[in-house]
Amino acid sequence: MNAPIVKAKGLARHYEVGGGLLSKGKIVRALSGVDFELSPGKTLAVVGESGCGKSTLARLITMIEEPTEGTLEIDDNNVTPDNWASLRSSVQIVFQDPYGSLNPRQKVGYILQEPLIINRPDMSKQEREAKAREMIELVGLRAEHYDRYPHMFSGGQRQRISIARALMLEPRVVVLDEPVSALDVSIQSQILNLLVELQERLGLAYLFISHDLSVVKHFADEVIVMYLGRAVERASKEEIFAAPKHPYTKALLSTTPRADPTATKERIKLEGELPSPLDNLPGCAFAPRCWKATEECRTGRPALEGDAHGVACFHPE
Amino acid sequence: MLDFIKRHEGLWLFTHSPSVMIAAIVALAILIGAVFAPWIAPVDPYDLSSFSLMDGLLPPVWEEFGTSKFPLGTDDQGRDMISSILYGARLSLIIGVCAMAIASILGVGLGLAAGYIGGRFDAVVMRIADIQLALPAILTALLIDGIARGILPPELRQDMRVVVLTLAIALSLWVNFARTARASTFVQMNKEYVQAAMMQGQHPLRIMFVHILPNILGPLLVIMTVDLASAILLEATLSFLGIGLPADSPSLGTLIRIGMQFLLSGEWWILWIPTLFLIALVVSINVLGDFLRDVFNPRLR
Repeated sequence: MNAPIVKAKGLARHYEVGGGLLSKGKIVRALSGVDFELSPGKTLAVVGESGCGKSTLARLITMIEEPTEGTLEIDDNNVTPDNWASLRSSVQIVFQDPYGSLNPRQKVGYILQEPLIINRPDMSKQEREAKAREMIELVGLRAEHYDRYPHMFSGGQRQRISIARALMLEPRVVVLDEPVSALDVSIQSQILNLLVELQERLGLAYLFISHDLSVVKHFADEVIVMYLGRAVERASKEEIFAAPKHPYTKALLSTTPRADPTATKERIKLEGELPSPLDNLPGCAFAPRCWKATEECRTGRPALEGDAHGVACFHPE
Repeated sequence: MLDFIKRHEGLWLFTHSPSVMIAAIVALAILIGAVFAPWIAPVDPYDLSSFSLMDGLLPPVWEEFGTSKFPLGTDDQGRDMISSILYGARLSLIIGVCAMAIASILGVGLGLAAGYIGGRFDAVVMRIADIQLALPAILTALLIDGIARGILPPELRQDMRVVVLTLAIALSLWVNFARTARASTFVQMNKEYVQAAMMQGQHPLRIMFVHILPNILGPLLVIMTVDLASAILLEATLSFLGIGLPADSPSLGTLIRIGMQFLLSGEWWILWIPTLFLIALVVSINVLGDFLRDVFNPRLR
């Protein structure tokens, strides 16, 4: 049961940008050298600011794109474009934007059946329909919603439809790409509770991509903190929140609002901008903004070290 | 429900805009006249035995010497103007609609693929489109006409005129469709439902035509209407210049060219009546196109 279902080693994805008909573009290293393992029933949160490679990671895991380097194993199968089709149904995704993720011209019933039409061609129409109706109930919508168009629903309901669609193929891994960041706070908790419930019921493994640390704290088992395409810290949720080791994680945590008014606020303000991923600095990517940076940080890149609580820093806490 | 309101709203806008209603009535009347020309027209202008030189150059009925037999007068051969115009409009519309259809299939297909695939394919298609834009439509048509004359055997040339003309017009119009389709496809590509379809493993062609195409139809419909008017005008221009249809199967443009010869000799109706007819047709189609754009783009209202 607890053998990891997803194993990623040294995953990297580089993009060529700005290339034209005759000119060659530059290389953007959107993601480099990310390792992780994901077990059934567990939630791995990936945290970081915009442009840190979270969504690129999602695109690799969901097999929309092929990694430039590194290996990805799902269920002990090495993932290559040749076996994408057969592995696809074990990994599904719920997107961030509930307004863009459903085709406005298709009815809910059809949206839910489409994954089956493509991936289970031998299934009969009646079976597909029965399954879609069952799924609608499972995610807390009503039977009469089956024949409606997406614009007739609220954001939270649309996200339920999105979740239902992701579950149609009975996946074992669900990538949650900021599933609640576009929703009202009151709706967020409903959706999160639904996700927790489904996880317990179906033994799903979640890859939870987020920038909202308070949600992560509520939801995750393990956390990876990313900065500019690299994992800078990886640990269990408790460790990360109680004793962050990487300066970036510390800075990130200091920005989370706390409910306790007596707690001393020591918000760490970062100077400067996120460096361009085009530059490919020789040293630690965080060094230009880090208050602890030394010469060593600017010339050599620290590796992620430590088994239970890994950190990529020369001067951890 | 939104679709219903949109349709409803469109209908409301339609009934509250007299110019659009007039344009629709004019366009519809011309369309019916053209489609049913063989049954409506008093004589068949292609049938030489149906008219007589003795009736040549008769003015319209309200002028002196006009007769009620030829309400809009006759040309120098004695052809009834009404019949010529109805048959001419028929040819103009057939060529215009076919050219627009070919251009839209070619342009939308290429634009959709360019937007979807992106990268080098997109660059190549769009550079070809740029080259096409740099050539005036008339030059393209002349080029194709010239090539067709060179390739086709002489006995086929006359029969293929309509086809060559249609292709020439289609080739100069596809760029509009390709650009619009590409830009709209880019917008849709960023929406997550397209990514959802991708990661379900749907075939790219299915994603393009089942998911993206229905969502970009609005702007394309507007271009179709506007380009229909352009296609008709372009056909008229080419026929006017003498590289379009010959005098024995006249389109509106050919009629205008023939009418030019009588401009200074007093028989004004041979030129002006087909010209006014062409203007009415093109203006009404354009007004309808503008209206469609307003319906599909609420921000412009």
